[in-house]
Amino acid sequence: MTIANNMKLNTLNPGQQGVINAIDAEQGLHQRLNAMGFRIGKKIELIRRASFNGPLHVRIGATDIILRGIDAARIQLIPA
Amino acid sequence: MKRIALLGMPNTGKSTLFNRLSGASARVGNWPGITVDLMSAKILMGGHIAELIDLPGLYDLHGFSDDEQVVRHFLSNNTVDLAIIVLNSSQIDRQLSLALQIKNLGLPTILLLNMQDEAKRAGISIDTLAMSQQLGFPVVQISAKYGDGCPQALQVAAKQLADKKNEMSPQAIAALLEADVQIEQDMHNIVKKSVQMPAELNDETTDKIDKVLLHPMFGLPLFFIAMFLLFQFIFSAGAPLQAGMAWLLALLRSTILEPLLSGLPVWLNGLLLDGIFNGISTVAAFVPIIVLFFLVMSMVEDSGYLSRAAFLMDALMSKIGLDGRGFVMVLMGFGCNVPALMGTRVMRSRPMRLLTMLVIPLSLCSARLQVFLFMIAALFKPQQAAYIMFTLYMVSFFTIFLTAILFKGQYKSTEPFILELPPYRFPTPRQIWLRGWQEVKYFLNRATKFIVIGVVMVWALTHYPTNVPPASVGTLAGQIGALFAPILNPIGIDTQLAIALIFGFVAKEIVIGSLAVIYGMQGDALSHQIAINIDWVQGMSFMLFTLIYTPCLSTIATMKSESKSSVFMWLSIAWSLGLAWVVSFIFYQGARALGF
Repeated sequence: MTIANNMKLNTLNPGQQGVINAIDAEQGLHQRLNAMGFRIGKKIELIRRASFNGPLHVRIGATDIILRGIDAARIQLIPA
Repeated sequence: MKRIALLGMPNTGKSTLFNRLSGASARVGNWPGITVDLMSAKILMGGHIAELIDLPGLYDLHGFSDDEQVVRHFLSNNTVDLAIIVLNSSQIDRQLSLALQIKNLGLPTILLLNMQDEAKRAGISIDTLAMSQQLGFPVVQISAKYGDGCPQALQVAAKQLADKKNEMSPQAIAALLEADVQIEQDMHNIVKKSVQMPAELNDETTDKIDKVLLHPMFGLPLFFIAMFLLFQFIFSAGAPLQAGMAWLLALLRSTILEPLLSGLPVWLNGLLLDGIFNGISTVAAFVPIIVLFFLVMSMVEDSGYLSRAAFLMDALMSKIGLDGRGFVMVLMGFGCNVPALMGTRVMRSRPMRLLTMLVIPLSLCSARLQVFLFMIAALFKPQQAAYIMFTLYMVSFFTIFLTAILFKGQYKSTEPFILELPPYRFPTPRQIWLRGWQEVKYFLNRATKFIVIGVVMVWALTHYPTNVPPASVGTLAGQIGALFAPILNPIGIDTQLAIALIFGFVAKEIVIGSLAVIYGMQGDALSHQIAINIDWVQGMSFMLFTLIYTPCLSTIATMKSESKSSVFMWLSIAWSLGLAWVVSFIFYQGARALGF
């Protein structure tokens, strides 16, 4: 499933993939995202969303991570 | 068909080069000798089709990371006609070691120096001809990203493939790598004999379990069912153990302690047996349940399920100003509030941490549970017990939500919620035991200290002055009770219960023990006496107050040391006392107004 250019991570559907193109976050969040493996050029897949507008479950390489939509909105993707 | 292996250090653009060379023809396949899948592609080279295999990145041909072992096993089991080494031009001074290690294998080889554009910008220039003479195989500078030098590299590779015949069989290479294989074997044997690691489920199994446990509709109900079953297990497996413990302690008292202490003065005998021994045995009887509780909790914690609980509950928790981790802390608070408070250290934002610490003392911990089990058995029919217990858990959740909603304005936080979901693990028995034991040791240490001091104090207060009957209005305890009467009468709490509540401030484990000392009775006799003295409305009001007001001195001390703020500690004490009184007042006066 291809995605549009400059899509935000929080708008992906489960099963869709993209490549991280930009991370638009202040230093603290940026560092935490980096530590979790969010790097520009990395491929990322949305696995599922929690119900009631809950957090997103994403996969980068072999690492599974959960994060809120509001934080995911700062991550811009390009098609894989 | 000739086979070409692509080797290189991690992050040198090796895969970028592979993608550029392979186009759309890449596929994933299995190879002899290794268990991971490798990408390979058929490419045209010098008029012939050759197979190009992208091997995992490695720093050291003789290293022992998983990837390094995979590369060695591949080379020892598969014939390779050409090795293409990819290194980073700008780090060539450090990375050349890999090229020299591969050279020693005696395979036909070429070296590609990638990222030549970066090296140029960094002012690094490389004389590829000189380097090639030193190494004994061709060296080409390329930029895999932009394609510079790639056609030339392909030509050099094709020429090398045509000119040099590989004389190294996989067996010969295996012989060269034998020392490493020996080390791998030794490592494996030593680890197997002396190291215990939790069995980690593979990604596929974890995925399958997650599909069920994190299901959008069934995830939450399954979580609550799982929790309910765990609690059910703890209490049904713990009850017989608890009964056995109580029986043992009674035996100890009647066969050893009573004959042994009979020669002592009456007051000392009373203090030792009815004070200290009763107090300690009240706690000791609950130790089996506490041990089970902590063993199960540490198993759940290490299994990876708690991060999933945080995922499922975060949507709801965010509405009350907390996050998924806060919910996990509250769950841990059902065991004991103290470790749950310490667990908030993972939160980096102070407001979020303080708000979580404010709600944790409201979660119904195992010490309070013990008070409720006793009071419910004394005042309600057995078939009502489960409903009353369930109601108390609901009240616990309600007060947590209410507190968070009321205080979230004061403790605003924008802390991002980012957590790793680990694969499911089966913790080893040793791991469960060690963790569980730490918690139990802490609990026992704390309980015995407070219980002994607390029960001795209750005994003293209810027996002095000595010229009035024990626990009557004339004793110190009676006078303290009278002092608090104006506050506690409106919520239906009499003098005896008031004393128990005051000591419950030290630790909830003392409450039932101090009732035993106050009434001078134990077990069934005590239950009967309480049922005569108070009705169920008073009992319920007493339980609500016990549930909500400050859990114990250790919680308060932990609160202060973790928040580093006395103001916050006092806020927590004042809030929980105030809330406890208001909830009990509304319940007691409401029930009385309705005619109960």
